[in-house]
Amino acid sequence: MPAISLLLWCTAALLGVGVMAVVFTRSPFAMRGVYLACLLLSALMLGVALNRLVGGAVPAPVLVLPLGLPWLGAHFQIDMLAALFLVVVNLGGASASLYGLGYGQHEEAPARVLPFFPAFLAAMNLVVLAADAFSFLLSWEVMSLTSWALVMSHQRDDDNRRAGYIYLVMASFGTLALLLAFGLLAGPDGGYGFATIRAGVHSPLLAGLVVGFALLGAGSKAGLVPLHVWLPLAHPAAPSHVSALMSGVMTKVAIYGFIRIVFDLLGPPAWWWSPVILALGGVTAVLGVLYALMQHDLKRLLAYHTVENIGIIFIGLGLALAFEANGLPTAAALALTAALFHIFNHSLFKSLLFLGAGAVLGATGEHDMERMGGLIHRMPYTSFAFLAGSVAISALPPLNGFVSEWLTFQAILLSPELPQWGLKLLAPAVGAMLALSAALAGACFVKAFGVTFLGRPRSPAAASAGEVDRFSLAAMFLLVAACLLAGILPGYVIDAMAPVTHALVGAAMPTQTGQAWLSIVPIAEARSSYNGLLVFLFIVFSASLAAFVIHRLASRAVRRAPAWDCGFAWPDPASQYTASSFAQPIRRVFGTMIFRAREQLDMPPPGDRRPARFGLTLHDPVWETLYAPLGGTIDTLADWFNRLQFLTIRRYLSLVFLALVFLLLVLALWQ
Amino acid sequence: MHPLAFDIAHMLAGSMVLVSFMLLYQNRMLGLLSVFALHALVLSLSVSWEAFIQSAPHLYITAAIALVVKALIIPAALQRIVRRLGIHRTVETVVGIGPTMLAGIGLVALSMVLMLQVTTGTDALAREDLAFALSVVLLGLLMMVSRRNAVGQVIGLMSIENGLILAAAGAKGMPLVVEISVAFSVLVAFMVIGIFLFRIRERFDTVDVQALESSRGELQ
Amino acid sequence: MAIIRDFAVQGTQMLVVLMLAPLLTGFIHKAKARLTHHRGPSVFQPYRDLLRLLGKEVVLAQNASWLFRVTPYLIFAATWVAAALVPTFATGLLFSWSADLIAIAALLGSARFFLALAGLDVGTSFGGIGSSREVMIASLAEPAMLMVIFTVALIAGSTQLSTIADFMLSSQVGLRVSLGLALVALIMVAIAENARIPVDNPATHLELTMVHEAMVLEYSGRHLALIEIAASLKLLLYISLIASIFAPWGLVEADGAPSAYLAGIGLYAAKLAAGGGLLALFETAVAKMRVFRVPEFLGAALMLALLAALLMFVTRSL
Repeated sequence: MPAISLLLWCTAALLGVGVMAVVFTRSPFAMRGVYLACLLLSALMLGVALNRLVGGAVPAPVLVLPLGLPWLGAHFQIDMLAALFLVVVNLGGASASLYGLGYGQHEEAPARVLPFFPAFLAAMNLVVLAADAFSFLLSWEVMSLTSWALVMSHQRDDDNRRAGYIYLVMASFGTLALLLAFGLLAGPDGGYGFATIRAGVHSPLLAGLVVGFALLGAGSKAGLVPLHVWLPLAHPAAPSHVSALMSGVMTKVAIYGFIRIVFDLLGPPAWWWSPVILALGGVTAVLGVLYALMQHDLKRLLAYHTVENIGIIFIGLGLALAFEANGLPTAAALALTAALFHIFNHSLFKSLLFLGAGAVLGATGEHDMERMGGLIHRMPYTSFAFLAGSVAISALPPLNGFVSEWLTFQAILLSPELPQWGLKLLAPAVGAMLALSAALAGACFVKAFGVTFLGRPRSPAAASAGEVDRFSLAAMFLLVAACLLAGILPGYVIDAMAPVTHALVGAAMPTQTGQAWLSIVPIAEARSSYNGLLVFLFIVFSASLAAFVIHRLASRAVRRAPAWDCGFAWPDPASQYTASSFAQPIRRVFGTMIFRAREQLDMPPPGDRRPARFGLTLHDPVWETLYAPLGGTIDTLADWFNRLQFLTIRRYLSLVFLALVFLLLVLALWQ
Repeated sequence: MHPLAFDIAHMLAGSMVLVSFMLLYQNRMLGLLSVFALHALVLSLSVSWEAFIQSAPHLYITAAIALVVKALIIPAALQRIVRRLGIHRTVETVVGIGPTMLAGIGLVALSMVLMLQVTTGTDALAREDLAFALSVVLLGLLMMVSRRNAVGQVIGLMSIENGLILAAAGAKGMPLVVEISVAFSVLVAFMVIGIFLFRIRERFDTVDVQALESSRGELQ
Repeated sequence: MAIIRDFAVQGTQMLVVLMLAPLLTGFIHKAKARLTHHRGPSVFQPYRDLLRLLGKEVVLAQNASWLFRVTPYLIFAATWVAAALVPTFATGLLFSWSADLIAIAALLGSARFFLALAGLDVGTSFGGIGSSREVMIASLAEPAMLMVIFTVALIAGSTQLSTIADFMLSSQVGLRVSLGLALVALIMVAIAENARIPVDNPATHLELTMVHEAMVLEYSGRHLALIEIAASLKLLLYISLIASIFAPWGLVEADGAPSAYLAGIGLYAAKLAAGGGLLALFETAVAKMRVFRVPEFLGAALMLALLAALLMFVTRSL
């Protein structure tokens, strides 16, 4: 059976599982059955997609099914770009399903989650497989709606209801923008198939408009500033494995949409698209991580951090566009590979971190970091997995986050060859922003891991937490292993992406698997190279050598005693640093300007026994400059138009009469 | 000439830009005066090097004026006056130091882009030197705009003048450089005196020296 | 034959940096003491301190975790690997292609990540102070370092340190403004990263002036010895880095005679002494800054480095 049919049968099976979950929702085996089915189907699809990806650039047939619009049908195709994103989607889906096998028993409203989870997975796969605009948009909407249903699964909470509402509004806005983009691309003849669009010629003005709409539509789903406001509200509201899918996978599907439109369907790019995307990417990266640093809710911190990584991916995409527009295909391939590698990496480590956060939430019942602490003793395996995820996301060698950041920096180092002044001045500025966001990301995860897992427990729930079940642990460790492998053996991943970049920009990076000692060489051996395996082995060797020598020749003795703390040790765990206090120096440096952070301290005079009070106010600049005024304007307009509800019959009749006269006038004048 | 000679001229011009940034960074009054003395010293070095490689002896006089007047006399005089009048030790800025320096970078980028587009056809180092001189002028203007204190603004004005002298010295064969520098120095000296006269009048409500005699702390 | 010689050079480099690091620290202490008219301890005192610490038993806080115990080894390993890849007396190190300048900076970043975590591990307020200030300093010092790396890479056409050192030794480089700005920025970053005055006081036990010392407050015995030698190695790494990029004379290129290597080692020791002496002079002449003046200091370094990179981007087209 050809690969495409197999994949479509698997998605149909997933939809079927969703329907069965509605029917059998009372059964005690419903939860296990659903997640097991999802795991097996996702694993099967992952296998098929991997096979397609490493099989090389064989031309892919388009499968047309008699569904959807009667004169159009539904087109599906797996080309190389789709194969790569199918790998990303299904790897995330499989690990989330495996996690769900264990986590699902904590779910208090399974009837609200179980039917929509398989449908969500199916919809994401269909978006990637779609080869015409109608199927793409339909699957995109199903993806939004199923994830909205999952966000609203705990709708008794006020915050969740607000999150769901904002998510629905932003998702509809995004779909509208994409609808307009595809409408412009299809043209007046209505050629909605991707093959037809590719073959067409588009004027520069039209192409520019399409890029703008694609940025609005895909960018809002991915989380580009200023369209990111729904993300930190909705992602934490959903159950943890769904948050992992939304942050780690759905945002990538949105970027798939952007790449498909801008790199594939539009043809040769214009150079001025690139500074817009680069600037947006840079601002998103820095703002995202600064927002994350100000949070003390663990899942909200992770959601804001997703925004930062989306910024990094868009920086890579912007650079690739700049190089492609100026006729530098090998540099474009490098930048695009960096972006695609980061997409793969982020889906791995962000899913891992959300699964870890879910484990903590399940074990303690708390989601506020300031009520956790000391969990490294109570949940050793989860903390190890979360630590590995934190090291990976902070771009530290030898794990995978470093490789994609390194490749992005190498691409920026190639940008002096770009002739336009705007790009020449923007590239080092964007490089500085990228470096700044990487350093701040490290700070953010020291805070996240340190306050949650290290130190002493700050609440009874944290003091009595227990380790989670083995399915959740298996899912997390699977992702840890994937992060390590991608960091040590990046050459294989880069070679797997070579056919994708070849299809999109016409060139690929030099073949990596033949390099000496499995290092990666982005441009030329003399220029730069990196060997993750050797760095990893050196570190392990040096640490073991030091441990061996010291334990043999010097002492091994250990004695436990109370903490020293300069003689001021205080037994109350409230005396240790909290999340807000840890972020205070950075808040003073960056937050006073960007978030208008102000601290109010009320210290009672000596002798007064009332407690001191510390207050912190933060303002969200994007919400206050863009959304609040917009909301206010819409409210005023709506109030004004509300008067139309209370008119007399004569007024309604005159409205109808005026509308008729107006239309007749238009008809008369237009001839 | 040996290419190293032009490289050294280039380095000195770049050092002027670096010292202008140091001026923007300073927020203590006495530190500001010391860094301004350094600014004038680097200017005199740069101008005398230009005199050497262009074989233009009249530039040595400009360098000497810069050294004696701006690196020694004016900072020393200002220091004594600042101590006597007890003006605040810190110089407040309108926005923080971070945004000021970011704006400085933007101005340097602007002057580079402008100069490199306007002067085509001449050799690369001369164009970059002109761009650096324009940067020094713009950074001096930024300093005047971003300081609340009169002394800071005067120092900004003097660094603008230094930038203009740098540009003039770099352009070969510009006449009357010496006369222009003397004129500028006199202008600046009068401005400085004027500011302190206003200050004295604010303090004591008069600039009449006779009236000030009564404030002297001698036993009559 | 060539492979054996290359292995020997790389191995010698790894041993040389390890052996010389405490000597450098001792030399700086002695120089600072002499400059303030004291006798000061012997230059070999750090070796005695390390041996003494290695033999002592470790006193662990009751709630210290496995991460606390493993971190000193990780920090030492990451710093040693990074220091082994910076050319000291010879370029063309055998494994220099496995990690370029960006990777070396990131390795130091991982060491700092784990040290900050260890500061939070025991759950004391001093550890929190150290970790939070350290990540604030890192959030500005790392971008400045990366922009310096960009500038140098754009000038030399590569991010591999050995290639950069070879380029700087050749006659193509000339005096460049960007290099001058990059040097100033790198010195400022080096001072911040190594916790020297004016950013941090390495000899303090007062809470108000602590950053690095606060994070390692709970360590004792062999763990503390490893952290101390890692700190000395980091200082040696930065001085070697500045020397190999901005003062590369004396570095032996790929095929040198053994006498050239010996001369190289001697010249390298002289460069270390010069760097250490200048650092001691600077530390005795300047007072420590207030903590919230440090971001302005590092912000200035970032601006200078960004300016240097900008100039490089712009002048490439001429």
